[in-house]
Amino acid sequence: MSGMVERRGVSHWLTHAGLILGVLVIFFPIWLAFVASTVSQQDIVRPPMPLLPGDQFYENYRRALVAGVNAPVAWMLFNSMVMAMGIAIGKIVISLLSAFAIVYFRFPGRMLFFWLIFLTLMLPVEVRIVPTYEVIAGFGMLNSYTGLILPLIASATATFLFRQFFLTVPDELAEAARVDGAGPMRFFVDILVPMSRTNIAALFVILFIYGWNQYLWPLLITTDPSMNTIVMGIRQMFPSGDDLADWPVIMATSILAMLPPVIVVIGMQKLFIRGLVDSEK
Amino acid sequence: MEKRVTFKGIWLPLLLLAPQVLVTAVFFFYPAGQAIWQSLFIPDPFGLSMQFVGLGNFEYLFGNRFYRASFVTTAIFSVSVTVVSMGIALYLAVLADRLIKGSGTYRTLLIWPYAVAPAVAGVLWLFMFNTRIGVVTWYLGQLGYDWNHVLNEAEAMGLVVVASSWGRISYNFLFFLAGLQAIPRSVIEAAAIDGARFWTRFRTIVWPLLSPVTFFLLVVNIVYAFFETFGVIHTITGGGPQQATTILVYKVYADGFVGQDLGSSAAQSVILLFVVGILTVIQFKYIERKVHY
Repeated sequence: MSGMVERRGVSHWLTHAGLILGVLVIFFPIWLAFVASTVSQQDIVRPPMPLLPGDQFYENYRRALVAGVNAPVAWMLFNSMVMAMGIAIGKIVISLLSAFAIVYFRFPGRMLFFWLIFLTLMLPVEVRIVPTYEVIAGFGMLNSYTGLILPLIASATATFLFRQFFLTVPDELAEAARVDGAGPMRFFVDILVPMSRTNIAALFVILFIYGWNQYLWPLLITTDPSMNTIVMGIRQMFPSGDDLADWPVIMATSILAMLPPVIVVIGMQKLFIRGLVDSEK
Repeated sequence: MEKRVTFKGIWLPLLLLAPQVLVTAVFFFYPAGQAIWQSLFIPDPFGLSMQFVGLGNFEYLFGNRFYRASFVTTAIFSVSVTVVSMGIALYLAVLADRLIKGSGTYRTLLIWPYAVAPAVAGVLWLFMFNTRIGVVTWYLGQLGYDWNHVLNEAEAMGLVVVASSWGRISYNFLFFLAGLQAIPRSVIEAAAIDGARFWTRFRTIVWPLLSPVTFFLLVVNIVYAFFETFGVIHTITGGGPQQATTILVYKVYADGFVGQDLGSSAAQSVILLFVVGILTVIQFKYIERKVHY
């Protein structure tokens, strides 16, 4: 069809060549990290390091997962999983509830709450770190999952999204529920939530990645290495001073740190793209 | 927009709102209020009492050479990240859009660096450019170039810009490709029949039609560069050398947690709140414009 615009031939292959070059350049850092995670420290500290994988894959990953540098990486993976799931599920649940209240009820102070929640749109935790840290410290929540999760679920993006979606749900459904004598919570659980499942899934993908990739917050509030998340734990593996870093283990940890979100993005590409587009609207 | 059909009750909706309102109040409004309050005081050297200084912290900040330098650093950094990541993404998206088949495959291959955390991206790039063992450093050395971002300010800035742009290319690529594919083929074919070459078509038709996407990405990428690149800076340079890569968000952290200068850090938070406010307004303006189209 677009043969009229571009004839096949040289330009067609140049297009592919350009794209393949782009893909290779973008892949290179990850490839190199993977190679480094399969060779020995000796191979790395005498540059140039090899560009093809070695035979230390099992040894390096075992060492990272079981021993790590400050704490076993298996622990950090678990912590990251709890944090990412907690943030994703927590945000979705409180946002579903509050969007339901705002859209389906008329009550005094409704608009006030609406604006209070929406004022928080877009305000990253990075901007208010010191006071938020003090709040968490005051509650004794340092080095706890609650401390890792709670401050990061205070955001309105998800509420806004569900509100927009609920507004498009036909009124007849609520009407029918009322006629049938179903209470608001029945309507919410049996009709509204099942109808929102695609939105929920798309949002879950985005929030999971957001939670998994947090860096500054866990850096501040987890002083105990066994509470470190994997993304922030990598930096802690570098020795202070002039000692040589344990590169194979660090690179194996980097690969492990990017694996879950990458699997989510590739495995749920459609939902991921939808979530990305939705959450930026 | 309002619902015609609603449910009765006052306590139930308040109960439904409670979790979000509570979390927002405790972890958003209270800390933000604290930041504003603390920005008006300086603690004594022993941290025992606070002395009210009014806008003194702000005056001090704007008179401070390092803080003003941090503004300039942030500007250079954000503009560079935005231009580099959007430029490369647009180039790749235009190529992918030219394909009749297979653009989906390239999309799959290109989007997933988005999932890599900025801090992990920092570690990957640090590894390649490590002054002692980095592969790229070694090959540059063979070419006679002595790479040392630990000492050289421009190289440090270049490295954090590239590391921050890298994952962002995926995101921008996705939106550019969607934008390009939304342009009706017939418009482009008509121009082609009229004999317009690729570059002319791009300049006169594609680029103007793409401008809403471009504008949106511009704002989003600046927000990203401002606030979400802390991990990259912290892993690669730690703000150095000589504060050459200390962006504003990094300085809030460095002054508040490392330097323990709470008043100054709080004042910086307030200034950042202000910056976020402006960016939000710009973004909302954009949304309005999109709705009116």
